[in-house]
Amino acid sequence: MTEPLLRITDLQKSFFGVKVLHGVSLTLDRGEVMGLVGENGSGKSTTMNLLGGVLRLETGEILIDGVPYNPRSPRDAQEAGIAFIHQELNLFENLSIEENMFIGGFPRLTGLPFIARAGMRRRAAAALARVRIGHDPATPLARLSQGERQLVEIARALLQDARIIIFDEPTTSLTHRETSRLFELIGELKASGIAIIYISHVLADIFRLCDTITVLRDGHVVGGGPASELTAEDLIRLMVGRSLSQIFPDRTPVEPGPAILDVERLSQPGIVRDITFQVRAGEVVGISGLMGAGRSELARILFGLDPFASGTIRFAGETIPAPEPRDMIRRGMAFLTEDRRGEGLMMEATIEENIALPSVDDFASAPFGRVDRARLRRAVRQIGDEVRISRTKDVGETPAQTLSGGNQQKVVLAKWLLRRPKLLVLDEPTRGIDVGAKFEVYKIIDQAAASGAGVLMISSELEELMGMCDRILVMAHGEIRQEFARASFNGERILEAAMWSPKTGEVAA
Amino acid sequence: MIGEMAQTRRYSEQAKLVALRSAPLILFAIVIALFSLLSDRFLTVQNFLNILTQSSHVAILGIGMTFVLLIAGIDLSVGAIMFLAVAVMSIYVPDATPVTGFLTCLAVGIAFGAVNAVVITWVRIAAFIATLSALFIGRGIALYITETRMAFMNMDILSLGRLAYLGIPWAIWVFAAVFLVAFVTLRSTPFGRQLYAIGENRSAALKAGINVNAIQFAVYVISGACAGIAGFVSITQVGAASATFGLEKEFAAIAAAVLGGTSLFGGRGGVVGTVFGAVLIQTAYSGLVIINANPYIYPLVTASIIFVAVFVDSQRVRILETINRRTIRVEEA
Repeated sequence: MTEPLLRITDLQKSFFGVKVLHGVSLTLDRGEVMGLVGENGSGKSTTMNLLGGVLRLETGEILIDGVPYNPRSPRDAQEAGIAFIHQELNLFENLSIEENMFIGGFPRLTGLPFIARAGMRRRAAAALARVRIGHDPATPLARLSQGERQLVEIARALLQDARIIIFDEPTTSLTHRETSRLFELIGELKASGIAIIYISHVLADIFRLCDTITVLRDGHVVGGGPASELTAEDLIRLMVGRSLSQIFPDRTPVEPGPAILDVERLSQPGIVRDITFQVRAGEVVGISGLMGAGRSELARILFGLDPFASGTIRFAGETIPAPEPRDMIRRGMAFLTEDRRGEGLMMEATIEENIALPSVDDFASAPFGRVDRARLRRAVRQIGDEVRISRTKDVGETPAQTLSGGNQQKVVLAKWLLRRPKLLVLDEPTRGIDVGAKFEVYKIIDQAAASGAGVLMISSELEELMGMCDRILVMAHGEIRQEFARASFNGERILEAAMWSPKTGEVAA
Repeated sequence: MIGEMAQTRRYSEQAKLVALRSAPLILFAIVIALFSLLSDRFLTVQNFLNILTQSSHVAILGIGMTFVLLIAGIDLSVGAIMFLAVAVMSIYVPDATPVTGFLTCLAVGIAFGAVNAVVITWVRIAAFIATLSALFIGRGIALYITETRMAFMNMDILSLGRLAYLGIPWAIWVFAAVFLVAFVTLRSTPFGRQLYAIGENRSAALKAGINVNAIQFAVYVISGACAGIAGFVSITQVGAASATFGLEKEFAAIAAAVLGGTSLFGGRGGVVGTVFGAVLIQTAYSGLVIINANPYIYPLVTASIIFVAVFVDSQRVRILETINRRTIRVEEA
C-alpha cells in the first residue's frame, strides 16, 4: 500500500480555551474527491483552515506525500500545493483577472522591478482556457459573474500547481448552469490527478461528485466511507448524532398569550420571501437553518436595521410600517445580535455602563434630564444578580472585555431584560460560550418567557432549539420552509428541511 | 419581473457612478470657463505655467498621500515633515548646494516617514493617531531647532526658484518626475498592484500571500519622502520658512487626492487624479487672484471644492455598496 497524498492524524484545536477539534484524522488520495459534511460548527472550517495555513497547527500531524507539513501562512499552503477556494472568494474587484491570478507573486522582467505583462498574460490565458473562461485576461474582475469569478480562483490554483484543492460551499451563489460547469471541471481536475476536498450542505451534490465522504460532528470524525455505501439518511443521522441529554432546564409551563409579533408575507428581494409567522406572549419560537439561510437578516429587518419591500409587521397589536431600532426598543423589542463583541457590547465600558445603555433615559429625571445614578446602579445590580453575572467583579469598575464569553452574554441579556421587553430576539445566544454558561442562558430565556415575554431564538445548534423552543421554524434560501411543533420535533426532518435548495427542487437526496 | 427591475436599477446606478466619477472633470471645466469669462488674463500659457509651479508642492504631497490612501491609511504629518526637512537643511546644512539640499530634505522625509511606518505597522497604533502625534512632534522639533526664528536659505538654493529648463520652471520638472515614477510604480510593479489589493480587502490580501506589513511600511516611507521633496520645492519658491511653513498642507494633499477620485476607504484611485485635483484647487486660487477677489473668500472656495469632492466620494461608495450587497436568494428573472 502506498502512502496517500494527504494524511491528517489526530488534529486538535482550541479557541479561547474551548476545544473545537478533538482529534480529527483523515486521508486523501491522488485523484480522489472527498466530501466533507457536518452541521455548522462541527469543525469542518477549522480543519480546512488548519490545512490551508489560515490557522496554526496545535496538536496532530499533517503529512503530504509522506512529508510533514506545518503551514505558518496561506503562502506556505500555496507552496505545498494546497489551494483553498473559500466561500467568500479571495479576489479583488479593483484589479484585472490576470492581476488577481498573480497577485501573490508576479512574474517580472529580468533584472527590473516591473511586471512582465506579456508573459503573465500568456500564462493567465492558458490557465483560463483550462477552466473555459473566454474573457481577455486584462478584463476587470468586477465585470465577471459570481460563477466566472470562482473559475478564476480555480485557474489561479492551477497556475500554482495545486495538488489539493479545497472547495468550501462553492455553489451557494452560482446559477444552475454555472454549477454544472463547475462539476464538469471538478471531474477534469480529478482525472488529471488533483485531489479535491468538497465541503457542502447540498447532499445531492456530494453524492454526485464524491468518491468518499467524511462526516464531522462536534470536532470528531463520526463516520464516513465510500459514497456508494452511504445514503443521505445515513449522513443526516450521523450529522445530528446523539439524543438530547439533560443539558436543558425544564421549561416552565405557560399558557401562551396574545401575539406579540405578527409577521405577514414579509419580502425583501434577494433576502427573504413571503415570511409569515407569529410569536405569542410566553412562547419561545426557534428559527433553524443553515448559514446564510436569511435568519439573521430576517431579525435585522424586524428590528428596523434593514428595509423590507412588502408585507406587514405587527408588534403588540400595532402595525409598524417602517420599523426603526430606536422606536422598536421603545415599543418593547430587544435584539441580541450574533456578534457579541462587535455589536452587542462596548468592550471597554464597564458592566454597569453596558447594562444601563438602552435604559438611561428611564432613569433621567425632569426637568434637566439628570441621570439618577444611585437608582440606576441599584437596578443594574439587581438585574445583574437575576442573570447571575459573576459577582466577584464590581459592576461599576469591571470592563466588559475582561469577562468570560458566558458572562459577557449575560451582560447583554441583562441590558435588555432591564427594560422588561415584550419580545426578545436572540441571534445565536450561546455562540462561543461554555456548557455551564449555556445552561444559565437557557434558564434566563425560560424565565423571560415564563414572565410573559415572547422569545424569538435563532440558532445554528439544532439541539438547543429542540431543547428550548415551543415551535421551530426552518428557513432555507430566505424562505420559511417548514414549521415544527414541540411534539413533532425531529432533528433529521428539521435538517432535511433546512437543506432544501431551489435548484434541486426537493431535499438533497 | 423582479429580476428585470433589479437589472434596470443596477444600470441606472452604474450610470450615476459614471457621472460621479467624471464630477471632478466637470468641476474643472466650470472653473476654467468661469474665470475665462471674468478675465482675459486667465487663459494664457504664462498663467498656466504659474498655476503648475504653484501647485507643484501640493501635488507632490498629494502623490505621496495617494499611496497611503490607496491602502486605506492616512498621513497627517506631511505638512510637519515639510517644515522639519527645511528647518534641518537651513540649520545643519547652511551651505547646502541644490543637490545636497535636496538630498537632505529627502533624507529627513524618509527618516520621519520610517518612524511613522514603524509606529503604525509594528507598534500597531492607528494611522490617524500615529501621524497626528507625528504632526505635533515634527512641528515641535522644527520650532525647537529653529528657535522659532525664520529659517533662511542661502543664495544657491534661492536661485533655484528662477531656474528653468526649456522655458519650464524647475519645480514643474521635479513635479513631473515624481509623478512619472509614482505612476509607473502603481501601474507596472508588483508592489503597486499589491497595494491596490490591500486597499480593496486587507484580509484577502493576507490570504493571497501578500506581505502586507512590508507594503504598508513602504507606503508611509514614500509619503514621508514626498513630503521632504515637497518641502524643498516649496522653500525654493518662498525663500524662507516661518513657523507656519507647511501648515495644514496635509489637508490640501488629502483634498487633492480625494478630488482626483482616490477613495478614503482604499483600493480606488491613482496619481493622475491627484495631480489633477491639486491643479484644480490652484486654478481656482489663481482665478480668484486674477479677478481680485476678496482674499477672505479663498478658504471658502477651497472648502466648497473639498466638500464637493468628499460628497462625491461618499455617494460613490454608497452606490457601490448597494450594487454589491450580498444576497441570499437568487430571484428568478
